[in-house]
Amino acid sequence: MTAAFSPGDRVTVRRAYPPGHVRTPYYIRGKTGVVERVLDAFPNPEERAYGRDGLPCQPLYRVRFPQGAVWPDYSGPDADTVDVELYQHWLEPA
Amino acid sequence: MRGTHDIGGLTLGSIDRTEHALALWEKRIHALMLLLSDPAKEVMNVHELRCGIEALGEKEYDRLSYYERWITSIANNLLRKGVFTADELGRKLAEVEEREKQL
Repeated sequence: MTAAFSPGDRVTVRRAYPPGHVRTPYYIRGKTGVVERVLDAFPNPEERAYGRDGLPCQPLYRVRFPQGAVWPDYSGPDADTVDVELYQHWLEPA
Repeated sequence: MRGTHDIGGLTLGSIDRTEHALALWEKRIHALMLLLSDPAKEVMNVHELRCGIEALGEKEYDRLSYYERWITSIANNLLRKGVFTADELGRKLAEVEEREKQL
């Protein structure tokens, strides 16, 4: 699967709460950030966790979020960011 | 839903950062997992390991230590895959317990 997003693209993490093995931390769902880099594509671990092959490979991104947008009571400097590695199927264009 | 393990951002107090020397049984569990997940003949993979740990339930997850979680997940995965039966595992564990008593 080719990468749908490029560095600099604004993306929003899907607000989804399925049971089972998921690789997107709860705290980052629904938040908007910027693609910092495309890492590579890997068999989907959310499928591999159940013994399936996880193909086609899912592109994995490092996405950068402003800390102030992630934590409602964040009191650090405005320039603070947090990077989260996220699979493409969790992302939508912002 | 939020998984038991998915605690980023929750107010849970400070993290215990003290290190401890790994016991032999802990090293053995790590080695066992490396063998089981060897790509040459993958019996189970790390995603299945994680999935099994996340499925322990909050009470067990909090009660068990790091490598106890690993071995519980490994055992459940191997049971499900038919590598051994619950009866075989139960008999083997009883045998080991008996052997330990002799020491």
